[in-house]
Amino acid sequence: MNTTDQPPFAAIRRLPNLWDVIAILCVFATLISVAHVARGTLVRIDTPGATEISLDPWRLPEYAVRTTLRMFAALAASLVFTFTYGTAAAKSQRASVILVPLLDILQSVPILGFLTFTVVFFMNLFPGQVLGLELASIFAIFTSQAWNMAFSMYQSLRTVPADLLEASISFRLTPWQKFWRLEVPFAVPGLVWNTMMSMSGGWFFVVASEAISVGDNTWKLPGIGSYIAQAQAEQDLGAIAWAIVTMLVVILAYDQLLFRPLVAWSAKFRFETTAGATATDPWMLRLIRRTRLLSFLGDAVGQAASTVGGLRLSFGGNPWRQPERQSLAISVVWGVLVCGLVAWACWRAFTFAAAELAWSDVGQAVLLGSITMSRVIVLMILASLIWVPIGVWLGLRPAWARRAQPLAQFLAAFPANLFFPVFVIVIVHYQLNRDIWLTPLMILGTQWYILFNVVAGAAAFPGDLREVASNFRVNGFLWWRKVIVPGIFSYYITGAITASGGCWNAAIVAEVVTWGNTKLVAHGLGAYIAEATERGDMARVVLGVAVMSAFVLAFNRLLWHPLYGYARRRLTLG
Amino acid sequence: MDAPLLEVLGCRQAYHKEASTDLVVLEDVNLVLREGEIVALLGRSGSGKSTLLRIVSGLLRPSAGQVSWRGTPVAGPPEGIAMVFQSFALFPWLTVQENVELGLEARGVSRVVREKRADEALDLIGLGGFASAYPKELSGGMRQRVGLARALVVHPDLLLMDEPFSALDVLTAETLRTDLIDLWTEGKLPVKSVLMVTHNIEEAVLMCDRILVFSSNPGRVASELTVPFPHPRNRLDPDFRQMVDDIYALMTRRAPVERKAATAPPHPLAMPLQRVGINLMAGLMETLAAPPYDGRADLPALAATLHYEVDDLLPLGETLQLFRFAVLEEGDIYLTEKGRAFVQADVDGRRALFTEALRAHVPLANMIRQVLDERWNHRASAVRFRDELEDHMSPDYAEDTLRTVIGWGRYAELFSYDEEAEQFSLDDLD
Repeated sequence: MNTTDQPPFAAIRRLPNLWDVIAILCVFATLISVAHVARGTLVRIDTPGATEISLDPWRLPEYAVRTTLRMFAALAASLVFTFTYGTAAAKSQRASVILVPLLDILQSVPILGFLTFTVVFFMNLFPGQVLGLELASIFAIFTSQAWNMAFSMYQSLRTVPADLLEASISFRLTPWQKFWRLEVPFAVPGLVWNTMMSMSGGWFFVVASEAISVGDNTWKLPGIGSYIAQAQAEQDLGAIAWAIVTMLVVILAYDQLLFRPLVAWSAKFRFETTAGATATDPWMLRLIRRTRLLSFLGDAVGQAASTVGGLRLSFGGNPWRQPERQSLAISVVWGVLVCGLVAWACWRAFTFAAAELAWSDVGQAVLLGSITMSRVIVLMILASLIWVPIGVWLGLRPAWARRAQPLAQFLAAFPANLFFPVFVIVIVHYQLNRDIWLTPLMILGTQWYILFNVVAGAAAFPGDLREVASNFRVNGFLWWRKVIVPGIFSYYITGAITASGGCWNAAIVAEVVTWGNTKLVAHGLGAYIAEATERGDMARVVLGVAVMSAFVLAFNRLLWHPLYGYARRRLTLG
Repeated sequence: MDAPLLEVLGCRQAYHKEASTDLVVLEDVNLVLREGEIVALLGRSGSGKSTLLRIVSGLLRPSAGQVSWRGTPVAGPPEGIAMVFQSFALFPWLTVQENVELGLEARGVSRVVREKRADEALDLIGLGGFASAYPKELSGGMRQRVGLARALVVHPDLLLMDEPFSALDVLTAETLRTDLIDLWTEGKLPVKSVLMVTHNIEEAVLMCDRILVFSSNPGRVASELTVPFPHPRNRLDPDFRQMVDDIYALMTRRAPVERKAATAPPHPLAMPLQRVGINLMAGLMETLAAPPYDGRADLPALAATLHYEVDDLLPLGETLQLFRFAVLEEGDIYLTEKGRAFVQADVDGRRALFTEALRAHVPLANMIRQVLDERWNHRASAVRFRDELEDHMSPDYAEDTLRTVIGWGRYAELFSYDEEAEQFSLDDLD
């Protein structure tokens, strides 16, 4: 029974095997590339070749490594943010008053518009160094990843099962032990899923943030995003194709090497009381388990983590501390402080806007916002009409659904920028109306969220209800109206919320499209922000982003939240 | 030797409700627990017995009164008390072994010692081969064994059990009970005393040395009984049966007194309704009317036949009594004339009888109908009634009462209810 007892020949069994040799080679290759990239980030900006891009396909592996590392650096930052911000929002009643609404807004604000200013900020931190640019790019990717991860953490911490909480307290776990034994494990499945989503969303920002122009200067950090920007500037279709292939390989690699094993591992933390059908382990997880050295290292790391989590650290937490027992005086001071901060921010915004902007600017931005909104609405309707039937068809056929799901996730990671050349060439060749034909670019990346949520919904639709429908010969339009659409509605809404949010964000990139010297501009708020950014007109960027945030928030509050609530109350099964 | 382990003095638990009086869950509860005894807190759901257990375990601070553990006041979970949960409360991501080690880890016991003691506890409780399994791989009975092992491994002086067997099926629960009692009588349990919450009368008589019977609204100790039988006890022993019968009588006798006390204030809304469905009422009346009961039944016998516990049967009986369809008396239940008429009536006749009884004996239902009749558009928001109910009872009771009256009123066609709008109306009624 005793798990620490090891047979005497255990040491022999720990000797490396063939799998270990492969694993060690992989580890060293990774370390060498990381070191190489780290050297690259510490040089000065004016070093020859430091911020230039060659379209030679042989440079792509190096670019891919640098881009990937940037994404993982951003992911690490997002995780730190998640564990601090998300935890603080869930644990402190007072902090949550500010943190939760702020997170909600950050989720809806199109951060892309602020890129110029963050670049200036980071470059001033490290003047004349590539590191400043790197940090600016990492920060941009971070802004696309962090919010939903922090939100998932916050929600998990708020919904920890009451009986487990009681058990932890009655067995006298310290707050530190409770955090690592109960709260973090409970949050893991949601966090892993959101991390995957974040990685997909991050690609869009990679392309936008690696090649940055501020005023007259343009810097291109070595990476896939810059490679794509360069290929577009030089109108090199071949290079675009190479970039697509490289992205495919990278996405496939981190999906297979990292996320598949992570998802399989996180299934252990799913809070369910019955044993469900367990999928077979992905090959990478099996490989790790087969290598002796790696699995030994993994065990050691796991043991160490478990020991750290089990430390009896206490921060003076009292199990009897209840919210209503918090002192009134501090609450009042805190409330005054929050109100003061909000008032100060409003005043600053107002004085800033009054100096630079007229009311007509606001009117123009709102008008352009309405144009972009009508685009979003039309696109959402079209995408729903196309993908809901396809998603239902796939979802009701499990064999097909299994194949379609990873494909849709992969397509969701594909940045719309890669399709620019196709659109520009077609629009210019047939002299099409750019206000209409640039529009589909906005939804190219995000429509997949609708698809894979509908697939998931249809796959979860109860078999007995389908049998009832066919038993009573409910067919055709009636079947859609009364059976399947209500059945998948809550899933559809979840996907549609993500898709519509992504649509707004993509407008900044999709309403202004360049291919070589050809530049197509559609009317809309996205183009307004993009052009103001190009001019370095900070006041109008801020105005544009603020108006867009207002539109997104209004859209969420007035349309999606009520619909989601309705779906949750009336259209959830069980 | 005779110094009490645990002392609860004048304990009161109330929840604040703004603008009105406190909602009292526990009132003036006293309890002394000594070494070597198993004590049951027996009562209906809502009698505050689980609240008392949480106060004893240090999870909850009482509004008033003193709790002392080995002579020192309790402030937070004390060392030496361990708890077994109704829902097992096992961590699904920890193996059986890791779950059991949890309480030791919290005390900073070294890994080697932890593993040794966990092994001992698992072997004692019959889980030796399951150490590396995850809770979801186990059946309910095995899971509760893990819950027991997790509590026993810290060698607590007092073991608290919150309805430990109520989530298990009848046979599994019985095995666990006898295993536990066997270990206790053989002196193998590393505990000095056990305090358990239950609503199962037979369970209390089977396992415990002393039984505190709780009454509801507010929860207080109505009576204290000593169980004189030696272990192992025989459920079929006439003395055993007699004691179960007596406790049933005690609990049903208490109920009408309570109800009178509750309806004594003139307000018609100060009457919590219990969530009992129409079909259950009709089913019980039909069962009572048919042989072998022919209109009258002994509650313990009826409960045994139907596999019901006090918590299922008493609300049902009391609701029938509220409608004057049946009467509870000294551990018996018998049908009234109206009850017999109901059983013999057809679908429409039954509804008519029910409607009549509802309007006569449930003031809340009458009040809703009156408000609807008075309004020009015959609509009224449920929120308003819920708020009024909450002035007289806890939010949970108010919610239950509202749900119940909605179900009854719909069946009686007294009013309609729109769930989405939370609104009563007279739509769709003839």
